[in-house]
This record gives sequence, structure tokens and C-alpha cells, in this order.
Amino acid sequence: MRVRLTVNGRVETADDVWEGESLLYVLRERLGLPGSKNACEQGECGSCTVYLDGLPVCACLVAAGQAEGREVRTVEGLADGDRLDPVQEAFVECGAVQCGFCTPGLVVQAHDLIARVPLPSDAEIREALAGNLCRCTGYEKILDAVRLAAARRAGTSR
Amino acid sequence: MEFLRPVTWAEALAVKAELPEAAPIQGGTDMMVELNFDVRRPVALLDLNRVAELGRWSAEEDGRLRVGAGVTYTRVIAELGEELPGLAQAARTVGSPQIRNRGTVGGNLGAASPAGDSHPPLLAADAVVEVESAARGVRMIPAAEFYLGVKRSALEADELIRAFWTRPADGPQYFSKVGVRNAMVIAVCSFAIALHPAERRVGTGIGSAAPTPRRALAAEEFLAAELDWEAVLDGDDLLDGDAAPGGEAALAPALLRRFGELAAQAASPIDDVRGTADYRRHAIGVMARRTLTWAWNDLRSGTPDRRAD
Repeated sequence: MRVRLTVNGRVETADDVWEGESLLYVLRERLGLPGSKNACEQGECGSCTVYLDGLPVCACLVAAGQAEGREVRTVEGLADGDRLDPVQEAFVECGAVQCGFCTPGLVVQAHDLIARVPLPSDAEIREALAGNLCRCTGYEKILDAVRLAAARRAGTSR
Repeated sequence: MEFLRPVTWAEALAVKAELPEAAPIQGGTDMMVELNFDVRRPVALLDLNRVAELGRWSAEEDGRLRVGAGVTYTRVIAELGEELPGLAQAARTVGSPQIRNRGTVGGNLGAASPAGDSHPPLLAADAVVEVESAARGVRMIPAAEFYLGVKRSALEADELIRAFWTRPADGPQYFSKVGVRNAMVIAVCSFAIALHPAERRVGTGIGSAAPTPRRALAAEEFLAAELDWEAVLDGDDLLDGDAAPGGEAALAPALLRRFGELAAQAASPIDDVRGTADYRRHAIGVMARRTLTWAWNDLRSGTPDRRAD
């Protein structure tokens, strides 16, 4: 089947989509957007987190056909041209990236958190990131990065 | 495989009547796992996301809430936390934020897993499931009659789940769940309680400790008869913020113990990868005592709201 959707502000069309296919597969394999990672395929790891009509979801658990006509924003759509999003900058600066596989999902999820909760508490950060698994850094630097990004966005730090 | 995309409820029912093997998909958080892992290959996916009415809830004339099958856990928490505190607590334990943004109570009902987190609070609150087919119209199925076996429900092949109905809480409600961590956990077992003080009645729900979610009926009847409802309802025993939890209407240790025993006896758990039958029985007893204590203390202290008269 054919699926038309808006991805990062552009209308995209994917053809020959299998009816049982996930949105994640469409993004990565048909639209050339490999930023969202394919790891667990069961919603467990969060590395495929994207915005679907403004809400973060696991792209591996959205049927491609369910995304028809809807708006998707992936990690590729967060930066403003060459300027990284503050969440991405903070991840780089805090060393919150090791192998990098979980990073796109964490960045999208953190991006959503600080858009909703400008200065989240540690408990709120942990809750927001509870569905994103990292097997390298041990999370401390990820928490640092989210705190830094939030503080900068709120103008309480530079 | 076909991908069917009805836009209205009538259309969805017509599609389901024509192709009863079509698998309904709502948030996809169960169905897509089965597709991704080749566990299931339905002839068709019946996407219900476009049926807008399923995403709505309303307060009905008879005082009950009617919650559409497509209302997500995130929205249950944000919009119905006051009215359905037990269900909202259970919703908070589902998966992760990403899962709660997609997963629905309707989908949980459709999957009818004994471990589904919605089921115990729905049972405890006497929820009723509204299902419909094009051929036979609406059927209202009490939650206690809805679950028939492991992942089997009373839903017929040509029926779809439209909504669930339940009264807003008329007393304290609690949900408790055992798992290895706070997020992304399928319940080892779970327990829900709802006190209905105006009716001197108690509702319970046991999750993941029997082939189906089920009530602990003997435990409910025991409590209804033994709890000192009058003492809490005439207001003599109201707990102050800092008062010791003693007093006339405090729960006697023997009552708590017996309630825990009866709740555990209502379970018929198995050993599996998530836990042993013995552990589950033990944990059900602990959660029963714990949730009763929370609920009773709320009632005694007049929080959050004694909607008893």
C-alpha cells in the first residue's frame, strides 16, 4: 500500500508498504531517515521514539498505515539546519553519548519533557526517561544533559 | 494482509461483520509486537484510530462515565484521575510515557491478558464493557463476566469494543502492582480495591494471578460485613493529619490478616518466568492488606473526598 505522511515538515510518500509494517521501518528503510534506531521492536527500549502528532511514541509500535496523513517529527527534525537543538548540544557537552544507539530516542523524549515541564525535577526526568534504555553510560550523564538543556531553555544557565 | 481504515463507528462495525478475522488495532502496543515478532499474521488490520468518537469520554445522564475504547492511558491519568483514581493509578504503571501515549484501556480489554493493568481496577469499580456488532447491536457486559480465559474474552468475532462504563469513584480506590522495576513491567501480580461506603460494599480485582483477572468475592463479602462503616461514616473517627492511626475504626490486625488470606485464596496462580505461584499468592495477600489500609485511612481522614451520602 501507499502511505503519505508529513515527516519533519515535508510531505513524504512511501510505496509498497506492507500492511503489517511499522512506522519505524517506513522511516528508516523507505524514507532514508535512520536516526530513529531499531533495537527491540517491542516498545521496551525507546530508541525509536518519534513525535506522532506532537506526542512521543515508539515508532516500532505504530502501524505504518496508522501514520497516514499524520505528522511525524524524528530526531533528524530537531536541529535548525546546522544548529543543534539545545537538548542535542547538552548531550554532546555532558558526554551523555557513548555508543550512541539510545541517544536519538533519549533526545526526542527529553525534548518533549522540557517542552512540557520547563524545569523538571530529577524524579520527573527519571519518569520521563523510564522507557529509554541505555546500556553504556549508566544514565548519570544523561540526567546531567537533561538538566543542562532544561536550565538553558529556561534561561537559568548558559 | 489488508489494512482497513474505517472513519465512523458504523463503518467499523460493517467491516468487522464482513471480515470477522480482521484484527482491531488501537494504540498498537500489543498488536505491533506480535506483528514485529511474527507471532501473528492476521488477514487484515482494522485500524480504529480514525474513528474519532472512540477517543472521547463523557459523563452520562445516569451519573456514570462512558469512556471510549480509544482513550489513551496518558489521557486517563490527565483527564480522569479524580473520577477514576484506581484506574488512573494502574494507568501510571503501564509501560513508559511513550507506551501510555498510545496504549488504551479498550486495547487492554481486547487483548484480555490476565496481566493487563486496567482489569483489576475495572473489576473493583464494577465497570461494564460496551461492545457492539452490526448484526446484534449493543451488549453491555459487566467486567466480571468479560474475561473468559487467558487472552480470551466474551467479545464475539463480529463485535468491537466501543467503550467502558463506570461510576465516578464513590469512595477511596487503590491499585498496587508487583514488578521488578517501576517502568516497562508486566505485572508479576496486581491488586485493586474500591470502597463504596454509601453502599457498605467493597470491590476488588486480582491481576496476573489466575487465568483471567478476577474478583476476590469472599474477601469482598467479608469486608463488607466486618468493616466498621458506621464509625467512619458518622464522622466520629476522623483522623487528624497527625493523629495516630488508632481509634475506634482502625483496622484490627485480625481483620487485615483475614482479608489478605481470602484475597490470596481467590487467586489461582501459576509458576512462570515472572514469578512463582507461591510468591504470587503471598504478594496478593500483602497488596490486599496494604491497599485496604490506604483506602480505609483515606475514608477515616475524609480524604480525598468522602462521597458517602
